Amino acid sequence: MNGFPILSVTLLLPIAGALLITLVPPTREDLIKAIAAACTLGSLVLSLVVFCGYDQVQGGMQMTEAIPWVRDLGVRYALGVDGISIPLLLLTNLIGFSAVYASWHTGERVKEFFLLLLLLISGVMGTFLATDLFIFFLFYEVVVIPIYLLVIMFGSSQRVTKEYAGMKLTIYLLIGSAFLLVGLIILFVKGRALLGFPTMDINTLAGADFPVGLQVFVYCLMALGFGTLLSMFPFHAWSPDGYAGAPTAVSMIHAGVLKKIGGYGLIRIGLLLLPAGARYVAPVIAVLALGNVVYAGIICLTQKDLKYIVGYSSVSHMGYVLLGIASVNLISLNGAVMMMFAHGVMAALFFAMIGNLYQQSHTRNVFDFGGLAHQMPRLAVGFMLAGLASLGLPGTANFIGEFTIFVGAFGVYNVLTILAISGIVITAVYILRTLGGVLFGPRRPEWDHLQDLRGVDMVPLLVLGGAILVGGILPFTIMDPINSGIGQLLGQIGPGQIGGIL
Amino acid sequence: MQDLMSLIWLIPVLPFLAFASIGLLLHRWPRLSAAVSIAAIGASFLLSLLVAIEIFGGDPGRVFEMSVRWLEMPGLKVDMGILVDPLTAVMLLVVTTVALLVQVYSLGYMEGDPGWASYFSYQSIFAGSMLGLVVANNFGQLFVFWELVGMCSYLLIGFWFGKPSARDAAIKAFVTNRIGDFGFLLGILFLAVVFGTLDFGQLAALIPAYHNLAVLLPVAILLFFGPVGKSAQFPLHVWLPDAMEGPTPVSALIHAATMVAAGVYLIARAFFIFSQVPQAMLLIALVGGFTALFAASIALVQNDIKRILAYSTLSQLGYMVMAMGVGAMTAGMFHLMTHAFFKSLLFLAAGSVIHTLHGEQDIWKMGGLARKMPITTWTFVIGALALAGIPPLAGFWSKDEILLGAYAGGYTGLYLLGSLVAFMTAFYMFRLIFTAFFGGNKGGEHAHESAPVMTGPLVILAVLSVVAGLVGSPLTGNYFGHYISVPGVAHHPANPVIMSVSSLLALAGIGLAWLIYQKQSVQAEDLRQRWSPLYELLRHKFYIDEFYAWLGKTFVDSGARALEWIDLKLVNGAVNGLAYLTGWSGRTLRYIVNGQVQSYAIWVVFGVALLLATALMTVFTVLV
Repeated sequence: MNGFPILSVTLLLPIAGALLITLVPPTREDLIKAIAAACTLGSLVLSLVVFCGYDQVQGGMQMTEAIPWVRDLGVRYALGVDGISIPLLLLTNLIGFSAVYASWHTGERVKEFFLLLLLLISGVMGTFLATDLFIFFLFYEVVVIPIYLLVIMFGSSQRVTKEYAGMKLTIYLLIGSAFLLVGLIILFVKGRALLGFPTMDINTLAGADFPVGLQVFVYCLMALGFGTLLSMFPFHAWSPDGYAGAPTAVSMIHAGVLKKIGGYGLIRIGLLLLPAGARYVAPVIAVLALGNVVYAGIICLTQKDLKYIVGYSSVSHMGYVLLGIASVNLISLNGAVMMMFAHGVMAALFFAMIGNLYQQSHTRNVFDFGGLAHQMPRLAVGFMLAGLASLGLPGTANFIGEFTIFVGAFGVYNVLTILAISGIVITAVYILRTLGGVLFGPRRPEWDHLQDLRGVDMVPLLVLGGAILVGGILPFTIMDPINSGIGQLLGQIGPGQIGGIL
Repeated sequence: MQDLMSLIWLIPVLPFLAFASIGLLLHRWPRLSAAVSIAAIGASFLLSLLVAIEIFGGDPGRVFEMSVRWLEMPGLKVDMGILVDPLTAVMLLVVTTVALLVQVYSLGYMEGDPGWASYFSYQSIFAGSMLGLVVANNFGQLFVFWELVGMCSYLLIGFWFGKPSARDAAIKAFVTNRIGDFGFLLGILFLAVVFGTLDFGQLAALIPAYHNLAVLLPVAILLFFGPVGKSAQFPLHVWLPDAMEGPTPVSALIHAATMVAAGVYLIARAFFIFSQVPQAMLLIALVGGFTALFAASIALVQNDIKRILAYSTLSQLGYMVMAMGVGAMTAGMFHLMTHAFFKSLLFLAAGSVIHTLHGEQDIWKMGGLARKMPITTWTFVIGALALAGIPPLAGFWSKDEILLGAYAGGYTGLYLLGSLVAFMTAFYMFRLIFTAFFGGNKGGEHAHESAPVMTGPLVILAVLSVVAGLVGSPLTGNYFGHYISVPGVAHHPANPVIMSVSSLLALAGIGLAWLIYQKQSVQAEDLRQRWSPLYELLRHKFYIDEFYAWLGKTFVDSGARALEWIDLKLVNGAVNGLAYLTGWSGRTLRYIVNGQVQSYAIWVVFGVALLLATALMTVFTVLV
């Protein structure tokens, strides 16, 4: 990989595909789909190369690329990966590739759909690759436009209309980014004053010793911005409605990776640049995390629409990630990143299966189904795998994430962690009720016409299901890079005491 | 020795490989799937046999251990390991023997079932997980496989997923176990945080020197949550009787012989923790004793052959847990082993009956089966005699050890309770036998003996039910206790009085059952009438299921609906309100922009005035 800009190629391949698609006439649907599949496959393979090629012993940012862009502001087009971003890069491409196949049967405005989808994938990937705050923010904003268009053009209206869902999703994203922008500008201005030169480079800014009061203020802004993105209680209202209105591929990408930008940002930007602020605010986040886990988990018990169940459940699972972040130690942060990866593949698989079912049956109400395992055994395997992962069964990556977070958090917040662990019982109840209601019970003849997964439909199941199992059976493959990344980050910020607010 | 021990990892891995190959490739060929599954468990059985010969031929203190790195970071280390000591060797032997026999038996029992290949793949993953649990050398690994056997149990209870009752029973089993695992996981976290390791060997070295009861007591009680769920102790026992919705071979393997015994095994494995905390030991003894009595009393009035056996299993598990609690770890493990053989025998024989009667499970609709199914009947009787504790069958020796342990340990109350349970056990088993196998024919005209593939395992288990107790009897110098014992605790010498009393009680129970159900000197109906309130209470299992259902409905479901309302009306309402407010202010403020220069000029004047005022105020404050 000497001199080969592997990260840029990984990042820009979907954009190149999108440009190529603009040249294809809209009637050549097969060609459009083939281009989308080829580009996302290319990015997936390259991100696997990055995953394998990263040198954990050496650690730090690797495969870096940097081109000065706006010299007066110190902005550079700078990319790089470390142990924290690599699993998330891989996650993005696993889901991006699967999302293309999950949308294979899209029948209308195919050209626009795949064009926007590819832009979305690149945008998300960019946030994980950027080592420059400006570039990070740029990609974050790039994401918003395709999301909005995809939801209002291709979404579905059930409890809420797709226009409402799209607007809600977008406004929440924008409000989050407004807080973020204020925070970034403060960091830039103060950083220039402290360092003596303008820079947007995250690692360089980390060297600036921001005053504690400013750290607390900016971290609060970040916690609001990124927290909204991560559907932190009580800023989670966009999540269930948004997923319900969005088309399958967008739900997959949004729940799978876009949300994770929030967690990633809290660690990579919040914790690295503002360690004192992060530790000061941590107890508040831990309390809100409990709101996610328990409150959203219990609400799942009443939901009837499959997408709402997964939507609230994903809010609930993000509580574990927040708890891991709020505990600010090696074990808990390792667990938080692992959980982001695990939840990503699991939620994407869930949405892919729901999408397949909805597309054929035009309903997502649990009570309309029953006994589908008779007609659709493969779909049942997909649902079971996603469901069992969701309730944190060992053998799936989700168990590794949850268990590690619990170990890390238990030493910091005894009572909160015990209450949060009660989530494993709540999750078991609503997941098993849902699986039982949809898949098991007597065969219902009205669903005899449904086609089981076959051909391209199997791709999301194999890719995402495989990732769930590899992460669960061989956890060191994913945990070792995370551990090297988090270890380095914690070494950079040094030790400190949690708390101050409570 | 070394050659053998370097192959030992194959024991849990082979069934997993069988599972993977069936799931990915072979499921199109059901017969081949079954063959692969049985071959894998057969090989595991042979290896376990060799390991047992090796271990029980040598020094009791010898331990073999190996592990591979699995999840590791500074401060947290969970390996996948193998720990073989006499305790493990017994469990390996018990699990592989019963699993092998059950899989062979299933060839006949599951004949023609459309889910044959998945059935054998589930059997394989269960065997692998159970063996992984048994050989675990740390709490992390133990928990991983603990959950996996729970998942297998869920899949196999719900195997006939078209039946709503099977689906609901599977969910109930998983959720109830999860409640237990919630506590168990907390106990493990406590250990990880306090001691910084989950490894059995390291913990065993640290804990005796650790005297802070404020930590050890919660740890021990939380860890005990695991066995309460998995071994179905009161108050989390409700899932096991419902688990009988699964195919009968599954009930024999998972819900009688192996998985439910995992809780007892955990207590034995972590005995170095529990035995440090007398309060926890007392709690364990009381929970076990209560479950033994409570379940036996329910078993007295059940009519479903599998449910009678299920309550009997609950009761016997309570016995084992009680043994652990009174400190008689050897006796508890001994009973675990003998119980595995005779209870799986009873279930498989019951399955043979159910199979030939096309699913009939009500003992009152059977009768006179002895003539039509001699092998099934007589092996069932042997199993029942062993369970009742008639000398010299296996159950007699192990039950006697438990009673002896309770008596010698100073728990006279529990000893009396145990004796009462022994009497009740003999009674309800022979109530079943006299009703279902003897007496008049009530249906089942076409009943016939099952195929050799089913009766073969019955005969083997019957032999084991007769002889397996000898290894722990005074006749062999208590060979079992020589290998499996708590260091420093002497074995109590056999007590002939206890032996005779328990045998007489068992005979009395059988005799009473004979009087009522065979000779019919007393009409069962009359008894039922006379003791009507008690009978109803027992028949409804003390209304505990109804109580839990009420709890769930009243608190969980209503609470969930309340929270949903809050989310929709308050949280979402606030968001929508904010959006409306923004829209409203926009609509209102746009009237300011009306295109008339005069009004703009007025606003400019106002603005200038405001700025001037502010500036003057500032100057004023600075000057003053």
